[in-house]
Amino acid sequence: MLKILKYSFFDLMRSRWSYVYFLFYLLLGVVLLFLNNDLSKAVITLMNVIIVLVPLIGTIFGVMYYYNSKEFTELLLAQPVKRSSIFLGQYLGVALSLSMSLIIGLGLPFVFYGIFNSGAIWDFSLLLVTGAFLTLIFTALAFVIALANENKIKGFGYAILLWLFMAVIYDGIFLMSLVYFEEYPLDTFSLVATMLNPVDLSRVLILLKLDISALLGYTGAVFQKFFGTSFGFILSTLLLVIWVAVPTFFIQHMAKRKDF
Amino acid sequence: MIEINNLHKKFGKNEVLKGIDLTINNGGIFAVLGPNGSGKTTLIKSILGMVVPNSGTIKLNGNSIKKSWEYRNDIDYLPQIANFPGNLTVKELIKMIKDLRSSKVADDVRLIELFKLQPFLDKKLSNLSGGTKQKVNLVLTFMFDSPLVILDEPTTGLDPISHIRLKELITAEKEKGKTILITSHIMSFVEEIADEIVFLLEGKIYFRGSIPELKTKTEQPDFEHAIASMLSSSYA
Amino acid sequence: MAQTTIEVCSSCETSTVTQAVEKAQPFDTILIKKGTYKEYNIGITKPLTIIGENNPVIDGENKGEIITIQSDSVTIQGLTVVNVGTSYTTDYAAIRVVKSENFLIKNNTLERLFFGIYLEKSNNGKVLNNSIQGDAVNEYNSGNGIQLWYCNKVEVANNEIRNVRDGIYLEFSDQIEITHNKSTNNLRYGLHFMFSNNDTYTNNLFENNGAGVAVMFSKFIKMYDNVFKKNWGTASFGLLLKEINDSEIKGNIFEENTVGINIEGSNRIEYSHNDFKSNGWAVKVRGACYANTFTKNNFLYNSFDISYNSNINDNVFDKNYWSNYTGYDLNKNGIGDVPYRPVKLFSYIVNRTPETIILLRSLFIDIIDFSEKVSPVFTPDNLMDNNPLLKPIEHD
Repeated sequence: MLKILKYSFFDLMRSRWSYVYFLFYLLLGVVLLFLNNDLSKAVITLMNVIIVLVPLIGTIFGVMYYYNSKEFTELLLAQPVKRSSIFLGQYLGVALSLSMSLIIGLGLPFVFYGIFNSGAIWDFSLLLVTGAFLTLIFTALAFVIALANENKIKGFGYAILLWLFMAVIYDGIFLMSLVYFEEYPLDTFSLVATMLNPVDLSRVLILLKLDISALLGYTGAVFQKFFGTSFGFILSTLLLVIWVAVPTFFIQHMAKRKDF
Repeated sequence: MIEINNLHKKFGKNEVLKGIDLTINNGGIFAVLGPNGSGKTTLIKSILGMVVPNSGTIKLNGNSIKKSWEYRNDIDYLPQIANFPGNLTVKELIKMIKDLRSSKVADDVRLIELFKLQPFLDKKLSNLSGGTKQKVNLVLTFMFDSPLVILDEPTTGLDPISHIRLKELITAEKEKGKTILITSHIMSFVEEIADEIVFLLEGKIYFRGSIPELKTKTEQPDFEHAIASMLSSSYA
Repeated sequence: MAQTTIEVCSSCETSTVTQAVEKAQPFDTILIKKGTYKEYNIGITKPLTIIGENNPVIDGENKGEIITIQSDSVTIQGLTVVNVGTSYTTDYAAIRVVKSENFLIKNNTLERLFFGIYLEKSNNGKVLNNSIQGDAVNEYNSGNGIQLWYCNKVEVANNEIRNVRDGIYLEFSDQIEITHNKSTNNLRYGLHFMFSNNDTYTNNLFENNGAGVAVMFSKFIKMYDNVFKKNWGTASFGLLLKEINDSEIKGNIFEENTVGINIEGSNRIEYSHNDFKSNGWAVKVRGACYANTFTKNNFLYNSFDISYNSNINDNVFDKNYWSNYTGYDLNKNGIGDVPYRPVKLFSYIVNRTPETIILLRSLFIDIIDFSEKVSPVFTPDNLMDNNPLLKPIEHD
């Protein structure tokens, strides 16, 4: 698997899209920091970008890479390599090169700005780690979608829908149900609903750093335990790991049964 | 030795292989022929493990290939459409395929020489023409010394000189006592090199034997007509 | 009149503080040497200066009140007073001043106490540089660090108060100056005003208290240059204003509080040059609040800048800096060309259904906030800062 990962990674590191992605983040970082000159504000804006854009790019890139490298995959399938290794290797190749573009692209301007001498270093690192997680999760979901759909157009369609659902629609339904059932105790429900969507999960993980003062204003005991102790942080991180593991398992499982 | 027993494969509702029984002994060139959609590629891909059969068994030298991948070390495969990761160079691709094989001994230098690929070694694969890609494809296939060679439409896009080189190459491999499976649409090519024909029709083996046997059976003087007559009789 | 000094130590002629106080003539000085004196109910009824040398300890052994002053012109200085008795019926204090004037309580350390310094109907005194460290766990059986009840013109400065119920508590006390104190980790409020007018508090630090500072039913209070920090919790805020009028809040820093300022029924208050930084809610307005003005404040990275529980507004927001402002300044005069609306639809939703806070900063919420910004329905449509500044204000 490591061999496939290595080659996919190198292949992608030379692709135009990786540079576009990298340059985009570089530019974003520079604009946010040097035009605004306000680190805390930059971190907040970045959070919005990360929880919306990173999943979108992860999904689209994942689907695109899968369909574009189909013939190459077939070449590999005829080689003495385990099937799951091929797909996991390719998946990790895509996800890691995307994560690297993100981390280096955003990291460079912030390092030059002097993030290491600032209190925002932890918020910023958390943002990058969350971004990397989201990349891993959504690239994996993209691979699952692509594996399930031979038809490229359909695959792209589902991928965009998935993103739209996770990033916007889900929260709409979530908000609606909270307001509708407001007479009932809702804190457990809202925490569970958050855990079920990786975008929300990452958002809450970052909120724990940026908006803890506001989050502690709510009276529910479950909220208090979640936000008031390190319990929330540990649980969210753990769930992000699960969110990576589950689609990865599906990739492996589907790869085993698929015909080429 | 390849032993195939009662192999079935469906894609959705489309039943592509309807019970193939085939035994191929070691040594010789076998051409798998048949009209479009007759299941040639599916059969080959089943042997390679790229297609998972619904039922039936495939054994290579007595061992089932199910859930195994190491056996592919003993197979050289030339896929129909050669499409490689565009950002790798030819050299890197060759190095990578070598890297994936357990035996690191490879004959790539001679083959690169043979197909005159030296000027392309440092070029990215996305910048190569179709014919050049096919040559790279051939190098990748023949550089290992595996006892079973599977070639899916090997002549696609080749210029006449390379075509001749390919035939020489296949004959040389045969002389080493290897088993070679070929699919092709070029009947003259098949006639020239094949020792035996396996003719597939609608997911079943319709004929198996040597070219003279085929000619006798169909009472046609040349190979192309023999094939055509088989097709028309089945459609009749 | 000759003033004498009486020394107290275990081997001295006078070995207890009580003896010394009995023996002393008015305006004498009692010098207490290093050591531990197990005494309580020390009543001082004549003008005396009591000075502790090398931190002598008076240990009340939890038996009751320790020092009670009932005379003008008493000074207590350099003592360590510990183990005040706890009672549900009597408010025992480490040092109590009753109906006296010109007192000075300075450089004392009070520990393991019920009430710390209790001033009762006493005027014109000073409470300086004391360190008060309680061990309060529950509100019902703990007392306040410094309590003023019907007092006038008292200065409370440079004290450090920790782990009591209310750090400093004022009831019916006017013209009090509270400066440079540090009131932290208290169960209830760092500073608490009830029915007290014309008081000033400046340059104090209130950190990690149950609920910051509460000013209730009072008038003409000046609040300058204080720091309100990390007052976290469900009913927690930096500053609570309830039924207070005609006051000034200027140059304060509100940082990382669940609610920076919580305002209920308060009118004609001027808020200027304050920094609201990283609070959950910078300002939460509940109930009827009229004619308050917010000018030249910095609102920096708060989850919510302003929240209202109604859509009526009679307060003025002008020339503030809002880090959440996204407008532009084409004529380069430093003032944004588009007004800023500090009340978001989402803050209204959170008021209604608190659990929705978990959706903070979600893309969906941004979308509905944007649509509310374009055409306000639920939030007061005249509530805006018409002159939002583009750069944070540097206060002098």
